[in-house]
Amino acid sequence: MALVLNEDEVMLRDTAEGFFAEKAPIKALRSLRDERDETGFDRGLWAEMAEMGFTGVVIDEDHGGVDMGFMAAGLIAEQMGRNLSASPFLSTAILAATAIREGGTDEQKSEWLPKIAGGEAIIALALDEGPKHHPAGTSATAEKSGNGFKLSGAKAMVVDGHVADALIIAARTSGDEGDAEGISLFIVDPKSKGVSTERTIMVDSRNAARIDLDDVEVSGDALLGSLDDGMAVLGKVLNAGRAAVAAELLGAGSQAFESTVSYIKERKQFGSIIGEFQALQHRASHLYSEMEIARSAVMGALTALDNNDPKAELYCAMAKAKLGSVAKLASQEGVQMHGGVGMTDEYDIGLFMKRIRVLQELFGDAHYHMNQFALANRF
Amino acid sequence: MSDLKAFAAEVREWLEANCPEEMRKPITGDKDLCWGGRNWEFQSDAQKVWLDRMVAKGWTVPTWPKEYGGAGLSRAEEIILKKEMARIGARSPLSSFGIWMLGPALLKFGTEEQKLEHLPPVARGEIRWCQGYSEPSAGSDLASLATKCEDKGDHFMVNGQKVWTSYADKADWIFCLVRTDNTGKKHHGISFVLFDMETPGVEARPIKLISGRSPFCETFFEDVRVEKKNLVGTRDRGWDVAKYLLTHEREMIGGQGQLEGQGRPLHEIAAGSLGIEDGKLADPMLRSKVAEAEIDDWAFSLTVSRKLAEAKAGASLGADSSMLKYYGTELNKRKYELMMDATGHDGLEWESDRSNDGKLARSWLRTKGNSIEGGTSEVQLNIISKHILQLPGA
Repeated sequence: MALVLNEDEVMLRDTAEGFFAEKAPIKALRSLRDERDETGFDRGLWAEMAEMGFTGVVIDEDHGGVDMGFMAAGLIAEQMGRNLSASPFLSTAILAATAIREGGTDEQKSEWLPKIAGGEAIIALALDEGPKHHPAGTSATAEKSGNGFKLSGAKAMVVDGHVADALIIAARTSGDEGDAEGISLFIVDPKSKGVSTERTIMVDSRNAARIDLDDVEVSGDALLGSLDDGMAVLGKVLNAGRAAVAAELLGAGSQAFESTVSYIKERKQFGSIIGEFQALQHRASHLYSEMEIARSAVMGALTALDNNDPKAELYCAMAKAKLGSVAKLASQEGVQMHGGVGMTDEYDIGLFMKRIRVLQELFGDAHYHMNQFALANRF
Repeated sequence: MSDLKAFAAEVREWLEANCPEEMRKPITGDKDLCWGGRNWEFQSDAQKVWLDRMVAKGWTVPTWPKEYGGAGLSRAEEIILKKEMARIGARSPLSSFGIWMLGPALLKFGTEEQKLEHLPPVARGEIRWCQGYSEPSAGSDLASLATKCEDKGDHFMVNGQKVWTSYADKADWIFCLVRTDNTGKKHHGISFVLFDMETPGVEARPIKLISGRSPFCETFFEDVRVEKKNLVGTRDRGWDVAKYLLTHEREMIGGQGQLEGQGRPLHEIAAGSLGIEDGKLADPMLRSKVAEAEIDDWAFSLTVSRKLAEAKAGASLGADSSMLKYYGTELNKRKYELMMDATGHDGLEWESDRSNDGKLARSWLRTKGNSIEGGTSEVQLNIISKHILQLPGA
């Protein structure tokens, strides 16, 4: 596996680096937060991301995308992580785009993919229900009703669910809670009767929703992918989501690390720059090493997805597990090495700690993926 | 790409025809390695045949120029060769400090005459080299070394002592750091010289380690005569050579876990010892540590290939060799601790046939040296602090 960026990828990374640093820096997140923005991100930014082609990064050209693949998507996510840029990139451009591309009928693809690529639709994945990521634990139900289905249940941590133009809802059409089989996916209009949405502002000032489904009627063509076999599509969606989140963690962790190293080169105590103290030098150097290992894990996962590697799922689990721990370490060491100012809202390091904590949790934390890794290796 | 594909096909065909079956079995211990040298006794005919055939192709040192015994392969071709060898489980035909450490240093700093004299015998496995670096008072602080090298007109005379000289008792020649000047700063006045271990005044005494094995020696020099033509690089500037060579040593040590990783995976060893219940390793606490170590191991091996690929693309590995050495050795120690945890009482046996003479316990103890030799983990962290993070005073 060659883990070196090609020329196109280097160019994209540089473009994304400049774009997010200019258009969506950390202070943009601060104003969204402080002004209690209703959307929680800047729709103008999202439109510009569409112009740049970022929204259609994993959508094919026939449907208005640029089809640059997951490595490209990861490079964009990494830069968003560095700048804590708020946008529906993960929910819409990665999760929904992958779900519809992989599971959609021609009609569904024609309806939604151009809108995603054009920045005209925001789509959120409503999967998890309890406090921890657990796809097989889906208990929301979809009962046959006439030619369509009737959905009931409650979803939590629906990223961007508060502003979604459509929801992709995982619901059980057969089997019991805990079964991977028997889950189906549906594309649902959040304005449908019986859908109630509560915006949940999270610790990182980003937004998700709790969504209650009370006998929500949908037509038969709302089904996305095969009946009872939603996991076939969901598996690919989650792989993409985990790799993209790992890439964002890499960006956030790298930025937290680098700004911490800058800080300890400036801060003076006991008449010395604190970066002269070996107690800090060794911890910083250890963290550097972990960040390098983490970068390889992310690149490995993104490459595996682009190559349709049969071990892609395992690669993504590895990357999500590794980044969950390493980015957390970067944020913890970051706050500690900043000392008192690390606890203030004025310094950015705390914002990184918050974003990293959310990303750690999304689509399975390190423990979840260590367990998956072990099960896949039969131990 | 088609050239590389053709090369891969050619390599595959040649290996199939020329790698003896016996040389495709996993390495079970030091005894299976071929070190070469004047006094080498081949473990089997297959070991000799394999070495001879690989030497004839120049593939013991595939990227070295042909005139020095190599095959002049590009880095990409070398990777293909390694992959094809790995595919059939082919053993390395030759383990050699001459290849891993002296070779790169001579290729960079040696004169044409020195390269022609010393490199081909290394490539053919005829001369076995050892490294004279550390001294009793110069370990982590290597530059404070004191082995004296006096200019006697037409030759040098060396007096002093080295320690941790790997296999000095079995080596034919030594590459050695000596002090030619002690009037300036400690990094100045060091020189890099080569001499035959059979020269009068050289004595190597094995050191018994906690593993019960003796891969290292104390090596003493008393009025040892060294020819002037055997000074490598500029006199008093041997530290440049030493540093360059150390980066290669670090890469080698950092990669050791990888080589051993070709054996049974940690989780299989753990499962064999503790059993599987409901599809999971029976000890749930250990299970998560095993999973974590294997994830780190996988990400680390991706990092080794990423860093090598970056170096191929023109970037220098530089101080990142310290990162690889630090991470790889610490990870290797962690894996062996987990193997000891997993095997419990069985892993403690030291002399039985059942335990292959305490192979695991001895290997576990051996790994403790990984993060000491070639610069301790703490020294590697200092190097990262200084050269990569550019922290003040590092």
